[in-house]
Amino acid sequence: MPDGTTGTGIGAAVKRVEDFRFLTGKGNYTDDINRPGQSYAYILRSPHAHAKITSIDSSAAKAAAGVLAVFTGEDMQVGSLPCGWQIHSKDGSPMLEPEHPPLAKGKVRYVGDQVAVVIADTYSQAKDAAESIVVNYEVLPAAVSMSDALTDKSLVHDDIGSNLCFDWEIGDEAAVDEAMSKAAHITKIDLVNNRLVPNAMEPRAAVGEFDAATGEYTLYTTSQNPHVIRLLMGAFVLSIPEHKLRVVAPDVGGGFGSKIYHYAEEAIVTWAAPKIGRPIKWVADRSEAFISDAHGRDQINHAELALDANGKFLALKVQTQANMGAYLSTFAPCVPTYLSATLLAGTYTTPAIHANVKAIFTNTVPVDAYRGAGRPESTYLIERIVDQAARETGIDKVEIRRRNFIPADAFPYQTPVALQYDSGDYEATLSSATKIADVAGFAARKAEAASRGKLRGMGYSTYLEACGIAPSAVVGSLGARAGLYESAEVRVHPTGSVTVFTGTHSHGQGHETTFAQLVSDRLGLPMENIEISHGDTNKVQFGMGTYGSRSLAVGGEALIRAVDKIIDKAKKIAAHVLEASADDIEFKDGNFTVAGTDRSMAFGEVALTAYVPHNFPHDELEPGLDEKAFYDPANFTYPGGCHICEVEIDPETGVTEVIKFTAVDDVGRVINPMIVEGQVHGGVAQGIGQALLEYAAYDDSGQLVTGSFMDYTMPRADNFPKFDVTTEGTLCTHNTLGVKGVGEVGAIGSPPAVINAVIDALWDRGVRDMSMPATPEKVWSALQAAE
Amino acid sequence: MYEFEHHKPASVADAASAMKGADDGKLLAGGQTMIPTLKQRLASPSDLVDLGGIAELKGISVSGGTVTIGAMTNHAAVAASADIKSALPALAELADHIGDAQVRNRGTIGGSVANNDPAADYPAACLALGATIHTSQRDIAADDFFTGLFETALEEDEIITKISFPVANKAAYVKFPNPASRYALVGVFVADGPAGTRVAVTGAGQDGVFRVPEMESALSGNFSADAIANVKVSADNLNADIHASADYRAHLITVMAKRAVAKI
Ligand SMILES: Cc1cc2nc3c(=O)[nH]c(=O)nc-3n(C[C@H](O)[C@H](O)[C@H](O)COP(=O)(O)OP(=O)(O)OC[C@H]3O[C@@H](n4cnc5c(N)ncnc54)[C@H](O)[C@@H]3O)c2cc1C
Repeated sequence: MPDGTTGTGIGAAVKRVEDFRFLTGKGNYTDDINRPGQSYAYILRSPHAHAKITSIDSSAAKAAAGVLAVFTGEDMQVGSLPCGWQIHSKDGSPMLEPEHPPLAKGKVRYVGDQVAVVIADTYSQAKDAAESIVVNYEVLPAAVSMSDALTDKSLVHDDIGSNLCFDWEIGDEAAVDEAMSKAAHITKIDLVNNRLVPNAMEPRAAVGEFDAATGEYTLYTTSQNPHVIRLLMGAFVLSIPEHKLRVVAPDVGGGFGSKIYHYAEEAIVTWAAPKIGRPIKWVADRSEAFISDAHGRDQINHAELALDANGKFLALKVQTQANMGAYLSTFAPCVPTYLSATLLAGTYTTPAIHANVKAIFTNTVPVDAYRGAGRPESTYLIERIVDQAARETGIDKVEIRRRNFIPADAFPYQTPVALQYDSGDYEATLSSATKIADVAGFAARKAEAASRGKLRGMGYSTYLEACGIAPSAVVGSLGARAGLYESAEVRVHPTGSVTVFTGTHSHGQGHETTFAQLVSDRLGLPMENIEISHGDTNKVQFGMGTYGSRSLAVGGEALIRAVDKIIDKAKKIAAHVLEASADDIEFKDGNFTVAGTDRSMAFGEVALTAYVPHNFPHDELEPGLDEKAFYDPANFTYPGGCHICEVEIDPETGVTEVIKFTAVDDVGRVINPMIVEGQVHGGVAQGIGQALLEYAAYDDSGQLVTGSFMDYTMPRADNFPKFDVTTEGTLCTHNTLGVKGVGEVGAIGSPPAVINAVIDALWDRGVRDMSMPATPEKVWSALQAAE
Repeated sequence: MYEFEHHKPASVADAASAMKGADDGKLLAGGQTMIPTLKQRLASPSDLVDLGGIAELKGISVSGGTVTIGAMTNHAAVAASADIKSALPALAELADHIGDAQVRNRGTIGGSVANNDPAADYPAACLALGATIHTSQRDIAADDFFTGLFETALEEDEIITKISFPVANKAAYVKFPNPASRYALVGVFVADGPAGTRVAVTGAGQDGVFRVPEMESALSGNFSADAIANVKVSADNLNADIHASADYRAHLITVMAKRAVAKI
């Protein structure tokens, strides 16, 4: 491989090729797409958390100016919005799976639930007309919190008879109980993983279109995975076969998970387009996004960690309640189970682990994966209880981690909760982070802060996560209703330029740069000669999309395999032209050479020959140079590392300031260090946001109190110091690139580091616990209570 | 947004007559409150009278111990004004911490004062400094102007033209921002000037901006942070929301007041 650090190959900090169009306002987002004759949809949403719809009178709306149609749940008789995972409870029964109609039928189940759609010539006309729709509701008591839902008689879904979606377990409970009975010490903790609103910069949007001449539907949508949407909507909701349904996810302005799922609005505009004979556009406004994008996190955990007299972890027992919201979103059931409980070993050798997860329906917005998806929840739990155990046993909090780390020579390492880690070196990232964070100088900084009346604290998180989602056989056995491989196509054009079609989707991650670097590296081509195409089911053969930090580890590996097929084919062409055996052709720096000779052909010449095959032996060599690959990974990938947070608290006001944040992450091989750094920055910002600022608050009646940026605290640049971000570590052993994934590590590793730092700062003043977000009032109240 | 008639008069007199002629007219200044209200369909004025084209409403002047700011002067202009920075730096600093850069470049002092949002910053300055609100019809002392939550002494169709602040020899403002909106969760303006020793609190009161007589008398004898360190404000009649309870706000009033005094 060429030395990429200065060029455009692997390891080079190439500037993002997509940024020019984004920064100059030339991106092509869904709302930029305007189809001839387009009309506009407005969705009338439920103002109640839980109510029977006793009648809907839309006659005035139908007669209003510009209105083309009004549809309700009674009109839209289609399939249910499907769930992509099926979890089985510990008694073997399948999870309860309520119907999820795109437009509510008979009942609304959360504030924001879709009640009717108004389609008109303009958006304002649709919105005006919606005000004249008379919906009579019989308001029902709402199950807003999980404890309400478990104890109340109020059923979110009457027909399934319970608000408990499933009651699942993993691990060996008997072994855990046995270990607990012999423990020298048991540390217990109760945690809340706060509910978050994803808030991608671009609100969701969808344009549905039907071509009566061909019978073909097109959906333009803000999606992280257009092929998945085509499959879910086509096969399960609208019964449109794939060859008559095109889904395009053009430039997408951030997703963080919230744009994975198949949403009602996509089905509504696609279904209604032939009914009115015109394309239909729907765009969410920000207030709508707050109450209709799937929310994230929202778990309550009780955990117990057993230790021996030397501080070695013997067993971990966890009880989790996970909020599903009112309906099962696409990935929801797998988040607290297979993406969370399977991570409970963390970076430690805990030999026995058992987790019980109860998933609960409530009258709130559906909850699903959000940057990190399950791994932030387990990481927060592990890293909080480990700190707590250190406090209780008097062992230093770094030392207790060291005593329990999986040693670097123990890989592959089988955990007691299903996963087998392939590589890692937790001691290495910890000791680097300790140096960068200047842990040695902390005592002096704390004393100096104290002289100003401020409380300093330092917190650690030595985390691990599983991404590169996912080996199909594994997830299939765990309840996934899909495979999680990826596909790529490399099309070499006659003049030697290359278009890559990838089944992953870039919505801020910079794939158009990183993937082009892979090709540049392997084929020795300049970046300008490589185009990365994604997000269109009519262009890309197939794809499972982007989430779970899978694009490079799964999609990039598929791409490399397709590139290698190109090289193999090109060698055959060169061998034919150079009258040598293909085995004797060497490919280096963009040239095909007969080994040991000076006879060679440039890549471009081979490409041209492939398309001008004047004397090809056609029974041995096909014309053309276009190769495809599907890649199904053998295992998850396991990034990990160490985050150290230093905070300073003003005890008079309770304000926490993050003074220093150090991240040393093992993300496997780094293709573009600048993009990697940016991904960690963004993730850490979201993690600090969760720890200090963000939460979705519902009132008792089920209204979202934090329904706008006036009340929902989005992190801003001035909430953060400059982050110290570095990568180091090990390679993934089961993909040829050695890559692990970086999209989520920042959001996964950081929250416990922040809260551990806050508790550390407050410890001497008698504070023993702190929940997320550690708002100024919470910190101040904790100090008051401890006095 | 519902439909409305849009007017863009060139003088205060024309604006006043446009308002008179309208069924249910509303003035538009920087639009930072008005436009979101319209977009959320919480208001449906028949006419919108845009003050943006009236030159006489803009500008800053400092003379004879008075800072006078035209109603349509935006927050960024106040924050950047060299004249205000030297005569009444606390006011420039207050303006510099309103919302974010976009808000400061659009929002106006007239709009802020007319709106009397209980979490807005300017009302505290007006009350603490003993400002005068000049309108198309009369002059109103700040003491009489802020009458309650989003309520002022303004008559319908009355237009604020400018606001004048007597220069105080001591003045400072410290705010504890709402972490989400950056409005004041608690903001305290302390001043010692022509209007006497005053402590005005915004963000905390259920009825909007208010003064704290106990602190004022403590400071009159001894203008120091220590003098008010133990003056507690009752949590009765203070706001409580997801960001801060009434008790926490009461506590912050003392802390912010102390810090404001200490800044001088
Ligand atoms: C995100 C955000 C953050 C903010 N943060 C803060 C903050 O930290 N501190 C703070 O103090 N403010 C804050 N504001 C408010 C902002 O600074 C403006 O002052 C406020 O929105 C009103 O001013 P405006 O010029 O935009 O008025 P408009 O929105 O145009 O008008 C507001 C009201 O005043 C009336 N009005 C306007 N001008 C006059 C006049 N000359 N005479 C009579 N009536 C008039 C209008 O009819 C309307 O009812 C924030 C606003 C936003 C959107």
